[in-house]
Amino acid sequence: MREPMLIPTREARLAAERHQHHVHNRRHARIKRAAKRVIAHLVLAIGGLVMIMPLFWLASSSLKRPEQIFVFPPQLIPRPAYWSNYVRLLELTPVGLYLGNTLRIAIVATAGQALTSSLAGYAFARLRFQGRDLVFGVLLTTLMLPFAVLMIPTYVMFSRIGWVGTFRPLTVPYWFGGGAFNIFLLRQFIRTIPKELDEAAVIDGASRFRVFFTIILPLCRPALTVVTINSFLHHWNDFLAPLIFLTSARQWTLALAISSLRDMGYGLDTTHYMLALSTIVVTPVVIIYFLAQRAFIRGIALTGIKG
Amino acid sequence: MKPLVSRKVLTKRRKFHQRLGFAEAVQGWLFVAPAVLGFVIFNAIPVLASFGLSFTKYDIVSAPTFVGLDNYVRLLTRDPLFGKSAGITLYYAALSIPLSIFVAYVIALLMSQEVRGIGIYRTLWYLPSLVPAVVTGALWGWLLNKEFGPINYPLRLLGVPTPGWLVDPDWVVPSLVLIRLWAMGNAVLIFLAGIKGVPEHLYEAATVDGATWWHKLRHVTVPMTSSIIFFNLVMNIIGAFQVFSVVYIIFRGAGALGTAGPANSALVYVLYLYRNAFAYFRNGYASAMAWILFMVIMALTFLAFRTQKLWVYYETEQPEE
Repeated sequence: MREPMLIPTREARLAAERHQHHVHNRRHARIKRAAKRVIAHLVLAIGGLVMIMPLFWLASSSLKRPEQIFVFPPQLIPRPAYWSNYVRLLELTPVGLYLGNTLRIAIVATAGQALTSSLAGYAFARLRFQGRDLVFGVLLTTLMLPFAVLMIPTYVMFSRIGWVGTFRPLTVPYWFGGGAFNIFLLRQFIRTIPKELDEAAVIDGASRFRVFFTIILPLCRPALTVVTINSFLHHWNDFLAPLIFLTSARQWTLALAISSLRDMGYGLDTTHYMLALSTIVVTPVVIIYFLAQRAFIRGIALTGIKG
Repeated sequence: MKPLVSRKVLTKRRKFHQRLGFAEAVQGWLFVAPAVLGFVIFNAIPVLASFGLSFTKYDIVSAPTFVGLDNYVRLLTRDPLFGKSAGITLYYAALSIPLSIFVAYVIALLMSQEVRGIGIYRTLWYLPSLVPAVVTGALWGWLLNKEFGPINYPLRLLGVPTPGWLVDPDWVVPSLVLIRLWAMGNAVLIFLAGIKGVPEHLYEAATVDGATWWHKLRHVTVPMTSSIIFFNLVMNIIGAFQVFSVVYIIFRGAGALGTAGPANSALVYVLYLYRNAFAYFRNGYASAMAWILFMVIMALTFLAFRTQKLWVYYETEQPEE
């Protein structure tokens, strides 16, 4: 039997050509996609290494003597490595004291921030009252307020009531709202919690405070983790406020201690001690990052700029 | 026709709701009370006080004396260091704001490709932004060392002329921008979240229409993430004008009488303000500086908000799916 379809008609030929063209195109597209991916990997990897190198240099140079730091070419792996730098540093400066000060300030301030910002976040997300959105908007404008503007009057205020030279200027304000950004973050998060979960309790006669503490707060844990980590790191890293408000060396934070080691450098070279202390300060930050990586990413997603 | 619910019951209900509404309002204000008090005590009053102080001469020890517009006049006409510090900061802002947004966006675009090991890249690029400013200053002060620093080392191997970085007045601000770029991981991750959030069907539609990657970037990705670009822009404006800690550490800002960097080339605005307030005890003068800074930041932010209509697209303009 004759198969008429065996004779390549014009249509069939065109179809075949199209098919070939398509295959070619697909292969072409695949190669292009692969090339793009390779380029992305290359840039990200090389750039990433460049980004992380300074931290390697920090760690390695904290084990060098000054004459190893200031040599050409710079040596990435110190030979020999002076672990004794850390011992000398502990003899030279009361690192434990500074660590205690820093922790006290950071913990007290962070606790205040987490508590009061979630209180406000809950009210802005759930409760209806006149002027709510106006107050929220006004609070958000403080994000634009440079610390430089607040610095002098706040200093005057705290020195009037005798708080300069205590930890209070660095902790007490954080028990009042905890920062507009944190309030914003928690409000956004609470708005994603289904209303049925807490409205039912309100209708059953539970007070708002009970609802807040027993229902909302536990559900807020992911967002609270973000706020806690961000606040803690802020206080751990903060420099200008402690510089202004802490007057005696016994109250210094770790950040101030690094700065003071920098200033000691006039007479003898203390660069290696400064880098050693810097390593001590950075290490917990890196550890916190690895422990709470997901919270960081979530925090950034929450910043998500919606609403 | 008889209403389903009698009028009496309705009024009763309304009253009940009113009472409930009142209770809710009271509780609402109680919940936000710390934040409102904090705003008044630690933001509103200091801002107004700062404005008031900017018209006085005030060394904190004795009472402030009113001097009218003297501080402002002196700043704008007779203080060469003011002009210098403002110029340095403007230069820094003009370099660092566009550069960090551009670089962070490109990196985020690369990360948004379905690359394997994204977690590692995210970590590598993000970690530096967590490093305290003090450490950043201490570390980069040495990294950028002209003779021995590891930054100049590869340049020298390649035979490229090595900049003086922190010792050459012309290179001080670019150095600070470089240091700032090191810590832009936060912006990268915010961009990445935004780019990942662009709905896939838009790209599919664009592909059907025969769009190239450039078309997709230009007409899909960038417009769909413009609100996030805007957010990062505003954050960068606010941050750039307040650069302080890194500069203070690198150039030993504590020496109030010494110059800040070679030929005062690192005298950024807030550093000069800090010196006026806490080294020279010219608090009225420093307050005037603070208010000028505040005005500039507000004006630029306002400007950014005004241009928003031209280039920022918000999802809410369109019903959600």
